[in-house]
Amino acid sequence: MIETRNLTKKFSKLVAVDHISFNVKRGEIFGLLGPNGAGKTTTIRMLSTLTRPTEGTATVGDYDIVKDDNEVRKLIGLVSEKIIMYDRLTAKENLWFFGRLYDISKEVLNKRIDELLELVQLGNWKDIQVGTFSSGMRQRMNVIRALLNMPEVLLLDEPTLGLDPQSSVEVREFIKKINRENKTTIILTTHMMVEADMLCDRIGIIDHGKIAALDTPTNLKKLVSGADTTILELEIANLTTNMVSLIQSLKCVSSVSQDNSTHIKVHASGDDAFDTIIDAIRAEKGKIASVKNLEPTLEDVFLHITGHEVRDKADQKIPMRRHRRFMPVRRRVR
Amino acid sequence: MGVKSLVSHTFMVTWKDLMELFRNKMGLIMLVLMPIFMMSMAGFIFPSSTSISHVSVALVNQDEGYGNYSASAILIAALEQMNNNTGMMTITNASSLDEVREIIQRGEVDGGIVIASNFTSSLMTGKQGTITIVTDQSNPQMSMVLQIALTEVFEQIGTWVAEQNVQRLPGIDESNSLATVKPYSVQTEGAVSGSFSYFDFMAPGLMAMTVMMSVMTGLPAAISHEREVGTLDGMMVAPINRLAIILGKTLAQTARGLLQGILILTLAVALFGVTIHGNILLIFALLLLGVFSFVGLGVVITSFAKDQETAMMVMMTLMFPMMFLSGVFFPIQQMPWYMQSISNVLPLTYAATALRKVMVSGAGVSMITTELAVLIGFGVVMTAIAVPVFKRAITR
Ligand SMILES: Nc1ncnc2c1ncn2[C@@H]1O[C@H](COP(=O)(O)OP(=O)(O)OP(=O)(O)O)[C@@H](O)[C@H]1O
Ligand SMILES: [Mg+2]
Repeated sequence: MIETRNLTKKFSKLVAVDHISFNVKRGEIFGLLGPNGAGKTTTIRMLSTLTRPTEGTATVGDYDIVKDDNEVRKLIGLVSEKIIMYDRLTAKENLWFFGRLYDISKEVLNKRIDELLELVQLGNWKDIQVGTFSSGMRQRMNVIRALLNMPEVLLLDEPTLGLDPQSSVEVREFIKKINRENKTTIILTTHMMVEADMLCDRIGIIDHGKIAALDTPTNLKKLVSGADTTILELEIANLTTNMVSLIQSLKCVSSVSQDNSTHIKVHASGDDAFDTIIDAIRAEKGKIASVKNLEPTLEDVFLHITGHEVRDKADQKIPMRRHRRFMPVRRRVR
Repeated sequence: MGVKSLVSHTFMVTWKDLMELFRNKMGLIMLVLMPIFMMSMAGFIFPSSTSISHVSVALVNQDEGYGNYSASAILIAALEQMNNNTGMMTITNASSLDEVREIIQRGEVDGGIVIASNFTSSLMTGKQGTITIVTDQSNPQMSMVLQIALTEVFEQIGTWVAEQNVQRLPGIDESNSLATVKPYSVQTEGAVSGSFSYFDFMAPGLMAMTVMMSVMTGLPAAISHEREVGTLDGMMVAPINRLAIILGKTLAQTARGLLQGILILTLAVALFGVTIHGNILLIFALLLLGVFSFVGLGVVITSFAKDQETAMMVMMTLMFPMMFLSGVFFPIQQMPWYMQSISNVLPLTYAATALRKVMVSGAGVSMITTELAVLIGFGVVMTAIAVPVFKRAITR
């Protein structure tokens, strides 16, 4: 349904998306998982015809995103990072405006708006201005706006950004439901491992504009556990840096990360890894308060593949060179 | 994409923009206040003699008379009678020139009249009587107006006195006394009958300016705002002609501008006594043509300005020279030649001139062909530049 070949976007010197190639099958939920600034939004914007690629091509439903951009637009629905809603219009007026841009007949549109609002429990709010809505309500509006034209392909850019856990769950359930009931092909981006794990049939891990790994969540996890990896979460009451470096130096241990003053997470391999680690700590007179043997998570996969943690780059979110005096940094749309 | 859907999408964009406009209470208030401020401020800065009333004037009569005859009494009576008719001055009495100077400096009165002590005796002995007009230099506008008005009044009274005097000569009576003392009279007459105030001059230009500026500034501001909050993407991912977005927004801004134009017109007629001599429909047609000639410029600026801040800055830079060089507030003929030549390439100049001709002189289409040609030409050229530039800028 969607195919990208060496899709690339450069912003002057910066390569935001670097020769990305992947296929998404009809009816599939495909996740782009990556940290801030990885190039997720840029990829989505190219697929939704809002930005022209610098290099490479992509097709959506056999239509080229540059040459047949208008055909692509008919097929897709976009849930962007920013909420696409006019604060001064009511919920219904907003949907009416965007719906009319798709040449949906007035009767059909009227019915569909009511259905969609009911679907996200906003039926009673239809004549209220969107500016007064809570973030959760706005995000739900943002999602149903993309469904007005009953798109075959739904592009979701961080659909649960800024939502509380409860609303996030609701939105995720809703995405699954749309996929199940309408056979909608979905690409969604996220920096949350749990979300990608829960929703996606396949995940592309994207970092620095490149796809680092691409597979089903299960297979990705096997990448880690397949090499008989043991992941331990240890709580040591008298943890010292000495102890950490000692564990690190063990032959079976591949990485150690410290969560706080007493907790560490150890990745190790080999049959006797567990015993070796515990023995080493005992020998150092470490008081083990608790041990947890963890299943590998996508976070571990990410660490395994990229060699750094997802949060590593979080502080690079605000690129200083684009910072302007007296002005909050904004993503500019071009 | 057919014409039909282009029209329908354009209409939707206009509808949406107007809904947003009318729901924005603060914005609406500004929309109404702006023309009111403009008009009344212009009215205060450039007072015309006809609009002046109740100027407070201190009167000092030091005339000692000649025997029991006092010429100053007649003079004052005449002055008061004239003042009752026009209501121009509020006259208070003062005792000396020094006192007049002092109360002018204190701001209690705007000017003074001092009749010299030997006024009557001078007249009776065949000399010239002296009347001193004291003005407030810190208010040049007012002092000039007062000076002109009072000089004229005293001139008239002087003529009347002279008439009385010459009638005593042989061969001169009431029928020819005036012609003897003032052999000729000067009359001013406009091409159109009726009185003409500064507002008559300003209102058409102000209207043209408001409507055109509204489109020129409103369009870039609206588009870059939507670009920043992200709603523009919502329109851009829809399978619509990109032209519909720009057309729809232009239409909404035009409606907003025309609304202000109508407001200015109403204010000018109702509050500032402007009379419209030309065809109302022609006035609106001209305003629309003005909008057309400016839209292209607005779109080009929109395409180049990446964010709202830049757009506004470019707008301001363009707006100020235009405001003052387009003959909206001052006649172009008063400007030095190099400014006149700038003025001659600004489309606003032509819109203002054409509108003024129609509103003030009741001109028809045939009398404003040059202006029409320039406006249409400018509009066509700008649109031809703007459409491809915008299409390129919007998908990058
Ligand atoms: N319009 C633009 N002009 C210049 N640079 C840009 C522009 N848009 C994005 N970038 C840069 O491209 C890189 C990728 O940005 P992108 O928004 O695609 O990341 P992302 O994966 O969506 O990140 P996030 O999780 O923060 O949304 C960033 O370094 C960003 O600064
Ligand atoms: Mg993003």
